Order: sequence, then C-alpha cells, then structure tokens
Amino acid sequence: MKYIDEYRDRDKAAVLVKEIEALVADTPLAKERPINIMEVCGGHTHSIFRYGIEGMLPKEVELVHGPGCPVCVLPMGRVDDCVAIAERPDVIFTTFGDAMRVPGSKKSLMQAKADGADIRMVYSPMDALEIARKNPDREVVFFGLGFETTMPSTALTVLQAEREGITNFSVFCNHITIVPTLKAILESPDLNLDAFIGPGHVSMVIGTAPYEFIANFYKKPMVVSGFEPLDVLQSVWMVLKQIKEGRADIENQYARVVPDEGNKAALEAVEKVYELRDFFEWRGLGSIDHSGVKLREAYAHFDAERKFALPNLQVADPAACQCGAVLKGVIKPWRCPLFGTACTPETPLGALMVSSEGSCSAYYQYGGVKAQAGAA
Amino acid sequence: MNVMPFPRPRRLGKVNVPIVTLAHGGGGKAMKDLIDDVFVEAFDNAALAPLEDQARFDLASIAEFGDRLAFTTDSFVVDPLIFPGGDIGKLAVCGTVNDLAVGGARPLYLSCAVIIEEGVTLDLLRQIARSMAEAAKDAGVQIVTGDTKVVHKGACDKLFITTTGIGAIREGVTLGAHLARPGDTVLVNGLLGDHGAAILCARGDMALETPIESDCAALHGLIDALLAAAPNTRALRDATRGGLATVLNEIAAASETAIEIDETRTPIREEVKGFCEILGLDPLYLANEGKIAAVVPAEEAESALAAMQAHPLGVGSSIIGTVNEGEAGRVTMKTVFGGRRIVDMLVGEQLPRIC
Repeated sequence: MKYIDEYRDRDKAAVLVKEIEALVADTPLAKERPINIMEVCGGHTHSIFRYGIEGMLPKEVELVHGPGCPVCVLPMGRVDDCVAIAERPDVIFTTFGDAMRVPGSKKSLMQAKADGADIRMVYSPMDALEIARKNPDREVVFFGLGFETTMPSTALTVLQAEREGITNFSVFCNHITIVPTLKAILESPDLNLDAFIGPGHVSMVIGTAPYEFIANFYKKPMVVSGFEPLDVLQSVWMVLKQIKEGRADIENQYARVVPDEGNKAALEAVEKVYELRDFFEWRGLGSIDHSGVKLREAYAHFDAERKFALPNLQVADPAACQCGAVLKGVIKPWRCPLFGTACTPETPLGALMVSSEGSCSAYYQYGGVKAQAGAA
Repeated sequence: MNVMPFPRPRRLGKVNVPIVTLAHGGGGKAMKDLIDDVFVEAFDNAALAPLEDQARFDLASIAEFGDRLAFTTDSFVVDPLIFPGGDIGKLAVCGTVNDLAVGGARPLYLSCAVIIEEGVTLDLLRQIARSMAEAAKDAGVQIVTGDTKVVHKGACDKLFITTTGIGAIREGVTLGAHLARPGDTVLVNGLLGDHGAAILCARGDMALETPIESDCAALHGLIDALLAAAPNTRALRDATRGGLATVLNEIAAASETAIEIDETRTPIREEVKGFCEILGLDPLYLANEGKIAAVVPAEEAESALAAMQAHPLGVGSSIIGTVNEGEAGRVTMKTVFGGRRIVDMLVGEQLPRIC
C-alpha cells in the first residue's frame, strides 16, 4: 500500500535498531537499570505488538504500555449505565465495536445484545445520527468514547443534529482528556518512567503545546509519534537521544500529520459542545480531576445522562486487579496474579484485558516474546 | 452414477404466488409445489426425484472412489444472501464439498435443508437453488435429499441452509492436523481474506466500496492435484471462519508443534490490506471460502507448490512457513518489519478498533 509500506521497511528498521543500540551503549543510565518509556496511546501499543517491535529493541529499553486505550479505562459503573440505557425498549444504542466486550458488573453490551437489547455497531457518530433520522419513533443513543481523537466527531455530530432539529438523538458522553491523565501518572508516588511516546491522533487535534509541562515541570522527554512501526522506532530513537544528551523536550516525530498548534476547527467544535467534568472515574486509576468532559448546558437535550435516569453507581474494580500498577508502569502485565488465569481475553476481569489495545490483552494475544521469555 | 431408478416421470408442481408464506411449510400441496418448483426443478437428478424420505444409492457407487466414508455437515447463515463472487447457495455447496475434500475425500452426495422466513420471494429462492445446482454440477456432486421449513417473520433471517455431504476417501490417503511434523512446510493456495472482506463490504454499513469478491470455490480438484504431487501431505484445512490464523493454531495444537509463517510470503490483496487498515482488522483472521492451508513434508514442498500453482484455483499459491519444534501449539509470524509476533486464536468475534 502506497504511503504505508514506506513506513514498514525492514531495511530502514534494521538501520534504526543499530542506531538505537549505539545510543543505548553510550547512555550511562542504561548500565544501571532499564530505561522505561511509556507509549501513552493504545494505537502505539497495537503497532508495537503487531510488528514485534519490543523484540527488536535492546534489553536495556523497556516499553511500558500506558492508559491510552479508551475502552480499557472505562469503569464498570459506566458500562452498567450503557446497559441500562440500551435495555430500554424505546432505545437503539449505538457504539464503536470494541466497546461491546467491556465487562460491566453484570454484563457487557455484547451480552445485553444477546438478551435482546437493540445495540448496533457503528464506525462513526454520523452513522448513529443517520439511524436516528431513519427511526424517528425510536431514541437513538451514541456511546461517545475516546480521547481528543474522537471527541471532535461526536461534537460535530451533536452540532449537526442541532442544525437539523433532530430530537431523538443523544450522546452518552464518556469522552476523556489526556493531559490531566498524564499529570496523574506523573504525580503518582510509584512512578517508574523515564520518558513518553506521545499520542499521535490526540495531538493531531490538540497540538503539542499542551504537553510542555511534562518537559518543563517534570523534566521528562516526550516525542509525539505516528503509528507505523518505523514511526514508533524512530520515536524511541529520538527519546533515547534526549536522555543521552540530558535533555527533556517535547518533540514531534509525526509532523506529517500533527501541526504544533493542533486543529483549530476541531478544537472549536470541542470547546463549543463540551465542558470539563469536575472529575471522572477511570478503571484502574481511580478518580482523576478534570479528566472527562460532558455536554454543555446548551446541548443538554442531546445528553443521554440527562435524558435518561441512570443507575450511575460506582462499582469498585475487582480487588486483586493490578490494572493501575500496570498502567503506571510499576509492574508488567504478567506480574499480576490474575494474568492469564482468572483474567483472560475470554473472561476479562481487569480493563487492560478487554480491548486488543489493552496492554494485558496485547501481551496475552501477541505475546511479548522477549518479555515472556524473561519473565519465568 | 449408479442410482436406483425412479419408476415413472411425474409432473412437477408450480408455485404461482410471488412470496413464500407459512402455507408453504404446512406439509400439504403448497409445500410440495414449492419443493418441486424450486428444488426438484433445479437439482434435477434421479435420486432426488422420487421425493422419498431418504435418497438411496448403491454402496458400490461410493466404494468405487475409496475405501472409507467421509461425512460432514455445515450450516450457512450468511448476510447478505447474495454478495460479490457468490451467494448463500454456492457457499452451501462449496463449503461442504471443501470440508470433504480436505479430508482427502472425493465429494459425492449432498443433502440440502432450508429454513425460509415467510415473505422471502420465490424469485430469490429459485435463484439460490439454481446457484446451488450450478455449483453442484461444477463440483461433480449431486444434491440427493433435502428438507424445507418455513418459519414466522423474524424467526430466521430470510434463509438458512444446511448441507450435509458424503464422500469417499481414496485408499492410502490419511490426512490429519495431528500429523504435522517439525520440518514440514506450510502452503496456502492464494490470496487470503477476500471472502471476509467482501461480506463485510457487501453488508454496506461501512460505506466502503471495494472491488473485492468472495473467493468461494470448490477445492477438491486443486486438492487432487496437490495430493498427486505430494502424496505424503500431512494435513489440509480450509481456512474458513477465523481465517488462516485459526487453522494454523488448530494444526499446531493438534500436532503439538510450533508453526512460524513469514508475513512477506503470506499473500493478501492490496485492497484487503487497505480495508483492514481502515477498520482495524487483521486479515489473518478474515474468513476464506476457497483457500486451504496445506502441511507437506519439506521434500515434497516444491512439487506441491508447482502442482497448486498449475491449477486455476491455486495460481497465487505460496510457501508461507514451516512447522518447528518449540512451544507446542504456538503460531508466530516474522513480520514484514523484521520483528516477530504471536498469532493467537481469536477470542470471539473480530471487533474493529476505535482508533
């Protein structure tokens, strides 16, 4: 495929790996302990496993798979709310595919569908709006999910519904925002990270400026990266170069897509439609201040949370789950006592086993060949 | 074929209404007319024509093709019923023919049981039945018995078909997933994932238009050629639901071996790759309806490849990997990027990723 295969070239990869090895050999820190680099975004986690990137890196470099899989960090209580909405006979509930399997305290959307709820997979919120147009006698609810990547498309759909005067459409808003989350990770007392690979799609919307505090205040390097394997490998190289040179900067490897100032039109739509919540609950990480958004008062009539009475209960994560420690890079997935025993992709207990982007699921499915060999 | 003769010709019934109603499932004249009009008319063979409760044939008519019986069944519920490259009827014939053929059997007779949702048009039913008849003719099998049920609206999705097949396994041929040995070579007969991608596109809910067609085809001819060229072939599997990844995992698990494939040698059409990129799917798990994975001893690999490539349904054949010692049941892939990943069984359905 043109414009894709170029970023999957194994000869270029081999050259980069050599350069990374040379950098590591020249970095004193690498002789004391492994260098821990967190890729924030689930898309990167997927690429890393899909192309076997971990196994190509020297053992002194460890990749920590961060919280950037929006499906994984969805708390059980919110899934219960989804099921409650979806099981109303007047509702058509629409969702992205990979949210179907996330376990609630009683059931997932997949199970609710099997029990008779009208739940439909869509690829865009605009598809959900189209279903609303075609079913004026039903209430169509879109499960708004994701970071700043998907936030604008939900916002634009709400604005479109407003323009058309559609009244049977609403959004169950679970959009979350990346910066407070990174802050929460950086503030955690057991932090064990040296640098970040920054999210490409989120940054395409918000730009690179919002990350400056990571370099300025926390003195950690970050490289905003694309999703092809050469992108990720080059970003690892750029991060290591900063560490070797003792710098902490926000660099942009993905300049072909990410403008430093972000996408103005998308940001305007986001600003117009949403406001920050005081706090939002994350699976594995607990409550994080200002980490979620909800629809503004002016769009309350599109807000499923206000339209329907919801159970809105907090459900504690299973006690033995170590998702939080995995998310923060404190432990590797297979160190969790539930990994691969009580918690598997068939019966996920913890959030990270749910989506193929979740780090536990990714380890389980694609296997950290190097990691598991060293884990025994 | 040596089938017991039907005593005297009979005039076939005719349906004169445009859609199927519950009356056509009632067991009376309407049902007989439906069966005659749609199925007997299309399938047209001596074993079916008397419409006894069973088809009858001489054991000798089977035994001339082999020394063991192969017997299989499969249900088809594909949506949409008609898709680029085929329809549910062709699929129902080819699917069961292939399930027989990968056991080394010569496919001979099929049954056809249909469950019809009331309201389906006769035209559609006739079209599907003709398609089955054509596929059966191409594959050299006869549809010799069947069953028809009509159910209430909503009790099934338009049309479900179950076919059961009987074949004879050639003397001396023993194939089995458990027979793969370290050192063996793994081949496929062409581009992977076409059927799965074609069906997903044909459903129309992703607003993607692609020229991808289902690869739906009966593979026993190709398998004949392969077995002639590589008589010690260990295992064949048709890579239907769950795709190549799933059948390789089944072979690795049954034979307690490890299988490694090479991404650069695994043939996937550019359009299918692009389709998967957009939707966040993995083509290794997409269904095929005309592709097999073959495990052959290394010394027969080249002749197997040449024989497969010489067959019209194997032009794109490729050696994609090897069977190795190592962690039993483990399937890995050398990625195009130079890394290595595990190719596991799919847990449930493949779900598109959010970002």
